[in-house]
Amino acid sequence: MARRALPARPGPGPVRPDRPDTPPPVIRIRRLTKSYGHGDATVHALRGPDDPATGGPLGVDLDIEQGDFVAVMGSSGSGKSTLMNILGCLDVPTGGRYLLDGIDVGHLDEGQLALVRNRKIGFVFQSFNLVPRTTALAQVELPLAYAGVRAAERRRRALAALSLVGLAERSGHRPNELSGGQQQRVAVARALVTAPAMLLADEPTGNLDSRSTEEVLGLIDGLNATGRTVVLITHEDEVARHAKRVLRLVDGMIVSDLRQAPVDGPPPALHRAGVPA
Amino acid sequence: MILWQTLRFAAGGLVANKVRSALTMLGVLIGVASVILLLAVGNGSSVAVKESITSLGTNSLTVTSGSSFGGARSASSAKKLTVADAKALATEADPHAVRSVAPVVTAAGTALNGDISYSPGSIVGTYPAYFETANQKVEHGEYFTQDDVLASRKVAVLGATTAKQLFATADPVGRQIVVGGTPFTVVGVLRAKGGTGFTDPDDVLVAPLPTVQNAFTGFGSVNQIMVQAASADSTAQAQSEITRILLGTHAIADPTKADFRISSQTSLLSARESTTKTFTVLLGAVAAISLLVGGIGITNIMLVTVTERTREIGIRKALGAPRGVILGQFLTEATLLSVVGAGLGVLAGIAGSHFRIVGIEPVVIPESVLGAFGIAVAIGLFFGSYPANRAASLRPIDALRHE
Ligand SMILES: Nc1ncnc2c1ncn2[C@@H]1O[C@H](COP(=O)(O)OP(=O)(O)OP(=O)(O)O)[C@@H](O)[C@H]1O
Ligand SMILES: [Mg+2]
Repeated sequence: MARRALPARPGPGPVRPDRPDTPPPVIRIRRLTKSYGHGDATVHALRGPDDPATGGPLGVDLDIEQGDFVAVMGSSGSGKSTLMNILGCLDVPTGGRYLLDGIDVGHLDEGQLALVRNRKIGFVFQSFNLVPRTTALAQVELPLAYAGVRAAERRRRALAALSLVGLAERSGHRPNELSGGQQQRVAVARALVTAPAMLLADEPTGNLDSRSTEEVLGLIDGLNATGRTVVLITHEDEVARHAKRVLRLVDGMIVSDLRQAPVDGPPPALHRAGVPA
Repeated sequence: MILWQTLRFAAGGLVANKVRSALTMLGVLIGVASVILLLAVGNGSSVAVKESITSLGTNSLTVTSGSSFGGARSASSAKKLTVADAKALATEADPHAVRSVAPVVTAAGTALNGDISYSPGSIVGTYPAYFETANQKVEHGEYFTQDDVLASRKVAVLGATTAKQLFATADPVGRQIVVGGTPFTVVGVLRAKGGTGFTDPDDVLVAPLPTVQNAFTGFGSVNQIMVQAASADSTAQAQSEITRILLGTHAIADPTKADFRISSQTSLLSARESTTKTFTVLLGAVAAISLLVGGIGITNIMLVTVTERTREIGIRKALGAPRGVILGQFLTEATLLSVVGAGLGVLAGIAGSHFRIVGIEPVVIPESVLGAFGIAVAIGLFFGSYPANRAASLRPIDALRHE
């Protein structure tokens, strides 16, 4: 498995000719559309503005900088999860391009996509999605196992990740022996154990009470403070307040894009608490 | 390391559903065990037939008097076989076809050893060539000789059963017995052949032809002439030689009116052997079907497992599991099921073959063990690969959304 390799990232020149001094965005999507069904029953989950010429969907354009913390908001059915699944390479768009770290994901084959999911992306789901009948430790070891990390090293790193989320003493527990908040923290540990550049979280606190929400958000803030790019879906303004930038989706279209804090600084929550970056 | 990891995932998956895995394995187990056992039973019966062929002497032909059409009509006109016929066969037949000739008379009588009395199944008077032709070997002592025949000496060779009845554990060689009022000296004891049919081949007493004729049957006809062909391949040639010569001595022109019958036990038994082969093939087919059913069981279970765990597959793929790992995990599960099931089936089949089944001693065919095991594992791989492939090629989001 260690022999698998990603195509080399192209130089920054052609991607961002206008601002050569800053790194290219980790995420760049252009005219991205996603639709389900055929004919009259077609649902455009992601459509962007209408093309004035044809009246068809023009697609969504979005750039996310390295180190940014983006909250995606919007009513139910507005296409947030659809967007997130495409960003996480779990789903493929109907049209448009998605450049991750400058690489066009549409051109990658199965094996390379698996590698991208494994190395570059940590995904946290609203419904936790832990592997059943598997201990927390084995759970967190999984992405490392798929990356071909040796057993001893895997164990060490998985334990470190578990203690980061405060669950070191629960490492032998199976999902059905953990509370919802604990399960979500295991999921966060699993997402961050490979040290991915990007953390994608689809309503990570949607099933949690306020205390667990604070714990999980605290972890995510900490990750962002160390330079990870975070994209997070939420319905709650409380949660959105942790983000540096807030996007609002309506019917598969980005209707507002609000910056709450600079990309380079610490996440607003830590800033307010007075913790240095 | 990856292999070990895959094995552990697969074993974990099987252990998580103990009853289901056990039942699937049971299906394979029964399939493999029945293939091994039923083929062993079929093989056992054909081995038994083969043994009785070799115990008869593979090259032996028996000439008896009577028309090949049978019935009383020809029996009256039939000329009996005589010692002269045997002599004619011995001298005139092509030595490349016929090795030896032994006229045989049989009689019944009682043998006495002191005050122990026993009636052997048959008292046979013949030439020394009889021993080789009938595949009778002396275990102890000697055969009687051509000289004994010429001198009409009162010597006897006992079959194993007869010897045991008359002498129990004592050594009969050199001892005197009285048969039909005539004293005989025992010169040898035949090796036991063991009974394969209703008559015990060891229940005999063999003595020189003229001695028996003198004591029991008189010097008329003989009951049969045993002819040993030069080799197993020349029995047909020997048969036509015998026909030619005996037609001559009996002065019969039309071969269809022959008043004697030549039977080769070998041909009779090889017909029986081919019957047992058919039997074996039928048993094997039944067993193969049960093996196939076991294979379908694996497919079914793997399909259920994959469907049930589609969400888990989605999670694993979202974590970056390459297609090969997912495929490997489910294929390994299917293979583990079939390997363990087949392994236990081999053990069960071999254990079962130690018992007599419907009067047949099963003889395991080594190829059937390897074959059944190999086929079971191949079926597991083949039928397991369909669900495994389906699982591995799911898009992560489709797998995650699966209900
Ligand atoms: N597999 C699918 N097949 C058909 N339609 C789908 C499918 N997945 C999503 N949709 C449709 O696409 C639209 C966007 O769905 P999406 O899951 O992205 O919404 P969301 O913004 O995440 O909503 P929520 O906040 O309720 O999670 C919805 O109208 C939904 O019905
Ligand atoms: Mg959603």
